[in-house]
Amino acid sequence: MDLFEYQARDLFEKHGVPVLKAQVATTPEAAKKAAEELGGGVVVVKSQVKMGGRGKAGGVKVAKNPEEAEARAKDILGLDIKGHITEKVMIAEGADIAEEYYFSVLLDRSNRTYLAMCSKEGGVEIEQLAEERPEALAKIPVSAIDGIDAAKAEEIAKEAGFDAETAAKVAPVLMSLWTVFEKEDASLVEVNPLVKTGAGDIIALDGKVSLDENADFRQPEHEELRDDSAENPLELKAKKLDLNYVKLDGEVGIIGNGAGLVMSTLDVVAYAGEKHSNVKPANFLDIGGGASAEVMANGLEVILGDEQVKSVFVNVFGGITACDAVADGIVKALEILGDQATKPLVVRLDGNNVEEGRAILKEAANPLVTLTDTMDGGADKAAELAAAK
Amino acid sequence: MSIFLNSDSKIIVQGITGGEGTKHTARMLAAGSNVVGGVNARKAGTTVKHTDKDGNDIELPVFGSVAEAMEATGADVSVAFVPPAFSKDAAIEAVDAKIGLLVIITEGIPVQDAAEVWARAQAAGNATRIIGPNCPGIISPEASLAGIIPANITKKGKLGLVSKSGTLTYQMMYELRDLGFSTAIGIGGDPVIGTTHIDALEAFENDPETEAIVMIGEIGGDAEERAAAYIKDNVTKPVVGYVAGFTAPEGKTMGHAGAIVSGSSGTAAAKKEALEAAGVKVGKTPTETADLMRELLA
Repeated sequence: MDLFEYQARDLFEKHGVPVLKAQVATTPEAAKKAAEELGGGVVVVKSQVKMGGRGKAGGVKVAKNPEEAEARAKDILGLDIKGHITEKVMIAEGADIAEEYYFSVLLDRSNRTYLAMCSKEGGVEIEQLAEERPEALAKIPVSAIDGIDAAKAEEIAKEAGFDAETAAKVAPVLMSLWTVFEKEDASLVEVNPLVKTGAGDIIALDGKVSLDENADFRQPEHEELRDDSAENPLELKAKKLDLNYVKLDGEVGIIGNGAGLVMSTLDVVAYAGEKHSNVKPANFLDIGGGASAEVMANGLEVILGDEQVKSVFVNVFGGITACDAVADGIVKALEILGDQATKPLVVRLDGNNVEEGRAILKEAANPLVTLTDTMDGGADKAAELAAAK
Repeated sequence: MSIFLNSDSKIIVQGITGGEGTKHTARMLAAGSNVVGGVNARKAGTTVKHTDKDGNDIELPVFGSVAEAMEATGADVSVAFVPPAFSKDAAIEAVDAKIGLLVIITEGIPVQDAAEVWARAQAAGNATRIIGPNCPGIISPEASLAGIIPANITKKGKLGLVSKSGTLTYQMMYELRDLGFSTAIGIGGDPVIGTTHIDALEAFENDPETEAIVMIGEIGGDAEERAAAYIKDNVTKPVVGYVAGFTAPEGKTMGHAGAIVSGSSGTAAAKKEALEAAGVKVGKTPTETADLMRELLA
């Protein structure tokens, strides 16, 4: 889960990273009030979208007083930044910036550890810096056991080329940012820019944080950081049912087990669709390992709630999930949905208890259900049915 | 021969008394695996009832720790069915005991826990090969199963298979049941995993029983690209590949924590291109991939 800047700022503050005072506003009036409460002086009004390049898109503006803050908030609220509409602005104190730096710590998949990146040349697009002047961006592996302790923070600051005085000020901030990363179960903490003020203080002026949702069980406070407003209503419904669902733009609903097989099913349906009026997969839905009849029924309910869907392809290979449980789920789901279920279902089962699963579906003999033997055949049939509607 | 797992492997199950542990211990035994016991600190000293491959009732001892289980049974493989919140400790226990192979089935383990387990395994001198987490495990058909792979969908044969995805592993084992497999491994789709495509490719290359290799990848990360570079320089046996996720949109996580395309990297098209540049034939669908393998060996 990616956080908004203001949420990252709050986490920084919680773990002792120096940040500026700030408030969030959803209306120009609230922005004015926030600017007043921050002392009535210079503030920065910043669009809160989970997308880079806000400054270039006109989403970050300086205001000299509360009236200007109100006017700038009016400009920025509703602004479309690469498809992300600004619903909130952050009003932050103005800062006396002397120098801009860059710091991030993230998961390094290839090396199965963490990587810290740091540069004296922050404030610019870091991908560009990494490409054009890689020597200006220090990259230092961070151990998953030791993290960024005092010695590691010193090493990072030194590699980045800070002078001794600045390094001594930057290092404790890096340690605090590591605390954010570790304690909040983040997979990315990025600060761009990390600034030095005229008075010589180090402050995180912006923040990007990605949290690992697998750690939600030990991070109960993260639930409040979730922002559902931008999510598709079907995805929201699926999430409440604890289903792994992604809405796509297409006509063939997909249910399968295992992320890889479901992704593969999407591909195979898309290829089959090329022969049938170019119909496409309508969604990704992985009912996962050990899926019960109830999970199957919930999945079907979500998919049949998608008005774009014209047919459904259920593609299951039984490992943990036994095929008879899947077949039971289909039969029960169709019972529950009753007259609402009007869309044809193509079902392909293989693996554990496949004979029992097929027998259950044959016995139920629901006219909506077509059994197929192969994945390619099932995809073709489902695409054909979707195109015929 | 096979890789990493054979009929001599002695398997213990961490979490043998839990629901998934019980169910899959029974399946592993039915598949012919030599399961010799399990671990649950709170139930140490008890036994669990099961049935062996020949239908005889057996009682498997439950130990307090992996080290005790190894000491008492000579176990060299552990399969962990432990909930995400306890998986890190379970894995570190196995790594500290220096068991030869640890298969972590559990889905939903925090990535920082996986990274710490990996760091601990390295600190312990890499005595333990880790497969997973979030994987279906490993099977050497007709010899042994350590995990949750259906054992009756294929036979022993001459192909090696390595895949990020569990169910795609089954799909491909089933498609190519005519040729059969020396070993099939599901390495898992999480961002941090113990055994990589490259580890498996290297082992298959060195395994005299394996004649050709099937490699299945999916969107996210650059493991397939690195595997392609490895194949080009180090693998002489024929390899066919399949990559899932051509229709996956950017920025959306597709189930596996690692299955997300961000920016221009990690796309299925880029992976396919890298594999083909390394001389690997890549199928459009699992069925076509199986056909490519048959043509290659015809």
